[in-house]
Amino acid sequence: MLNDDPVLQIVDGTVPIAGRPVLRHVDMTVQRGEFVALMGANGSGKSTLMRAMTGLRPLSRGSVALFGTPLSRFRDWHRIGYVPQRPSAGGGVPTSVWEVVSTGRLTRRRFMRPLLPRDRAAIREALEVVGLADRHRDGVATLSGGQQQRVLIARALAGEPELMLLDEPTAGVDLPNQQALASTLATLKERGVTVVLVAHELGPMAPLLDRAVVMRDGQVAYDGAPLADHEVHGPFFGPGHHHHHQESVRPHLDHVPPVLSPMDAAHEEVQP
Amino acid sequence: MDVLGYDFMIRAMLAAVFTGLAAPVVGTYLVQRRLSLMGDGLGHVAVTGVALGLLTNTSPTWTAIAVAILGAMLIEVIRERSNGGGDVALALLFYGGIAGGVLITGIAGQSASRLQEFLFGSITTISVDDVWITMVLAAAVMVIGLGLGPQLFTVAQDQEFAKVAGLNIRAYNLLLAVLAAVTVTVAMRTVGLLLVSALMIVPVATAQQLSRSFRATLVAAMGVGLVASLGGLLLAAWASYDVPGISPGPTIVLLALAMFAFTWPLGAWLRYRRRQRVPFNELPPLAHHTTGEHPHRHGENCGHAAVPHGDHVDYLHDGHRHAVHGEHYDEH
Repeated sequence: MLNDDPVLQIVDGTVPIAGRPVLRHVDMTVQRGEFVALMGANGSGKSTLMRAMTGLRPLSRGSVALFGTPLSRFRDWHRIGYVPQRPSAGGGVPTSVWEVVSTGRLTRRRFMRPLLPRDRAAIREALEVVGLADRHRDGVATLSGGQQQRVLIARALAGEPELMLLDEPTAGVDLPNQQALASTLATLKERGVTVVLVAHELGPMAPLLDRAVVMRDGQVAYDGAPLADHEVHGPFFGPGHHHHHQESVRPHLDHVPPVLSPMDAAHEEVQP
Repeated sequence: MDVLGYDFMIRAMLAAVFTGLAAPVVGTYLVQRRLSLMGDGLGHVAVTGVALGLLTNTSPTWTAIAVAILGAMLIEVIRERSNGGGDVALALLFYGGIAGGVLITGIAGQSASRLQEFLFGSITTISVDDVWITMVLAAAVMVIGLGLGPQLFTVAQDQEFAKVAGLNIRAYNLLLAVLAAVTVTVAMRTVGLLLVSALMIVPVATAQQLSRSFRATLVAAMGVGLVASLGGLLLAAWASYDVPGISPGPTIVLLALAMFAFTWPLGAWLRYRRRQRVPFNELPPLAHHTTGEHPHRHGENCGHAAVPHGDHVDYLHDGHRHAVHGEHYDEH
């Protein structure tokens, strides 16, 4: 495997959702070790871009390559750590933090084999990086929203990925948890992991950034040096917060099933 | 009065042990994915399969398996296409299954009591061949359900993450549906098609009252399933000396439900207690408020929960948090 292949490359990426082009002719390349934020207003296509990069959204035109391999032929999934937008921890059976994180190890495990000591060590290490090692026996559902987000990050880390893809890791997360998240990502950056994250607001993650990509109306509007939060929401990158008609026209662009929100409310109650 | 001496009873016990262990394995994944009623639906669809077997004079077990698997695949396709909101389409399939079954049984010239054997179970009339089929299929369900546990669990836990981890989620969804279909037909002889789902779901509901992890739930559910099916069978066998007409199928299900009824208050209490004992944030109190005259001393057996708060404990007292401060209590 050539080391100078870009970690991630999308060329002329076009994604329609229900017939409407949501991503249009997007070109983007991420090099090894970069820390990139995909930014933009709601409905600008930043989450769709991330989902196109993971193969969750098929492209109608263009191509995606991971580590120099076209997505359709890509099999080294252990090199990718994906953190979806919101905890889908709401299964019907109690599940421990350890169990959720251990599913992240699946990409490295041999078929039909039990967890090896190496796997257990990686899971423990991932829990330590996000600061939840002491909660590993607790049920995921008993954690707060921010802690659940950290569990999902630990799950992605357990596979020891070279590329982390995080979809809105800070959405609905309070400041202390955002700071915990930023320090986790700083650790990863030091280790040379490539990080691409979708963020509405950077908050404590801002100093980590090497590059910002700002989406606007399904296209890349800016790609370059990091921007401050308020610059991203300037008039050029609109639709700003008052253009609500834009959102109502579009079909349902965030990929969170709304069913999950009552769960979060339940967690708030648990918090003292 | 030893019921264990009869051959039919040995066969029935073997079938009960295997179905009691296998059904909750699949049930745990179904509950995790919030598809608790899928087993019921497959049971209804399998009625048509049984009827086709009666009509064509072939083994109803095999036709039921074939039809249930077809039904399971159809349900999976509908679920995938309708983006999770396909419950009406599923309901239509279920009613079609049971109506078709009753109609075809009539055409086949079979009496309703023949169909009833499959609807409500007839474990004590199970043949040697059927015991073998039951044991082999139940063992297969357990081997696949436990052996592919990590994959099935990952897919049930988070489909999108599973896909990005390189798992073929459609294949695993289909596999789970097929496992459910096979389980339904395996348990058909034990508790009957109309009660099949109970043997898959009730043990899981019972187990998760006390468990905190998926694995513990799965193992405990298998235990509950085993106790319920074997215990229910023996209970019915002994009781039928006094009260003829007690059949094993409903006894098994009612025993499982009794176990649930017993553990549920215990689980509710444990959850309440665990929630109450979550440590308070380590923030200093806003001001120094002391309680007035305090009726008693807080301590280990005072009846008030002690919750960790930084370097000390707060006692929960009528919605107040009392912390020891010298000779009096502070409001925290």
